[in-house]
Amino acid sequence: MAPLRLFYPYDRTVGSTVGRFLTSLANKKIEGTRGLDGIVHVPPAEFDPATGAPLTEWVVVGNAGEVLTWSWQPEPFADNTLQQPFAWALIRLDGADTPMLHAVRVGSEKDMASGMRVRAVWADEPTPSITTIMCFEPEHGHG
Amino acid sequence: MRDVAIVAYIEGQNTAATSQTPVEMIVPVIHEILKRANVERSDIDFWCHGSCDYMTGQPFSFVSAVDALGAWPPIMESHVEMDGAWALYEAWVKIQTGEAETALVFGNGKSSAGDMNRALTLQLDPYVVAPLWPGFRALEAMGARAAIEAGTVTERQMAEVVSRSLRDASDNPNVLAYGYRDPDELLDEPMTANPLRAHDCPAMADGVSAMIMTTADRALEMCDRPAWIRGIDHRIDFQNLGLRDLGRSNSAALAAFHAGVTKDKVDVAELHATHSHHEVILAQSMGIDRSTTRMMPSGGALVANPLMAAGLARFGQAARQIFKGNADRAVAHAAQGACLQQNIVAVLEGN
Repeated sequence: MAPLRLFYPYDRTVGSTVGRFLTSLANKKIEGTRGLDGIVHVPPAEFDPATGAPLTEWVVVGNAGEVLTWSWQPEPFADNTLQQPFAWALIRLDGADTPMLHAVRVGSEKDMASGMRVRAVWADEPTPSITTIMCFEPEHGHG
Repeated sequence: MRDVAIVAYIEGQNTAATSQTPVEMIVPVIHEILKRANVERSDIDFWCHGSCDYMTGQPFSFVSAVDALGAWPPIMESHVEMDGAWALYEAWVKIQTGEAETALVFGNGKSSAGDMNRALTLQLDPYVVAPLWPGFRALEAMGARAAIEAGTVTERQMAEVVSRSLRDASDNPNVLAYGYRDPDELLDEPMTANPLRAHDCPAMADGVSAMIMTTADRALEMCDRPAWIRGIDHRIDFQNLGLRDLGRSNSAALAAFHAGVTKDKVDVAELHATHSHHEVILAQSMGIDRSTTRMMPSGGALVANPLMAAGLARFGQAARQIFKGNADRAVAHAAQGACLQQNIVAVLEGN
């Protein structure tokens, strides 16, 4: 069989809200937007989920937070930031109300639990991308 | 509202990996369903198709499916980049507007064309989720844990769903998984995507499903006992997983409410539960009592999951229960997206 490589040969603009979020990530800063009901969305919501109003108030949140739910990826895809078995988790960062998806690097699935605290690990080369957070790790170096 | 009924339904043979092209898969199914309803090609006013270009890895691949229908003399046709159940909805709207009387709806997918667990990542938010390549199974597994830890689903219930589905599949010749497995035995198996075990995940398939829908004027000519669509609705949850309670499905609840699911007893339900915990979440969200409703007599999507055809298959299998007189009132459901994000629900009745 001949290999088929699909790609999208264009750049796209991400807009002012996602753009600011990604640019901040390249500076190792995580920020989100505050909804009209006071909820802090990380990643940022461009529009208020209930009313559709544009959200413009930014809130800087912590680089660490709590695992709300998780699952185990026994074999990574070639595109994953981690190339070893790892966990996926919805992580609610300190100061945020909504959780974000990311990878968690631990030794085995026995080291994972909902409610555990994890901290962001930054990629060596900062880029304005969600993958500039390479993964999260247990906060006290366990696992 | 015009009365619209499903009058015929058939499936192509589900296989783990076919060497046929999508057009080759579709042709015999279209031929067969026209024969089943005893109609000619010219009797079909509207053709509507559901499939996914990401599966074939080719833009506008769905256009080639028109070759399977025959484009001359000209036909009125449409396509949705969704499961065939959404094509059914478009056809239902087309009939309601009076632009068509009789519609042929089909969905097809060749899951073996690639790693669908990975490819379905492309349905997700393209900026802050898809670049991480979470794969689909990982997200469903996170949803299962959220439901288990919230106490809305138990691992035991999941094993019982699998046990029943495999047993029912033994009577369905068009499945890829079947057998007699005790729930205790299933719970002893290792987790493959913690908290999911291999049997909690669907048997992926290549397949086609097709149906014909028509109005009251013609329904009885095509079918002895049509399955009348008495209510239908579809709803979408937030794309952001972090904004949703993954232990339930708000959009399924809304769609079920507006389709009128709980207005009367439900004899049979065919829910598009691709993972075992989905059935429990969906039944709770939709107001279906699993102890009194016959759940997925076909074995459901767990035992044969031809992507883009499996949701329409739930509508077809529910309709079959009406055709055969096994049910007077059935609920059909299809889902798309991660963790039951989008849901379409219909109530089918024999009278």
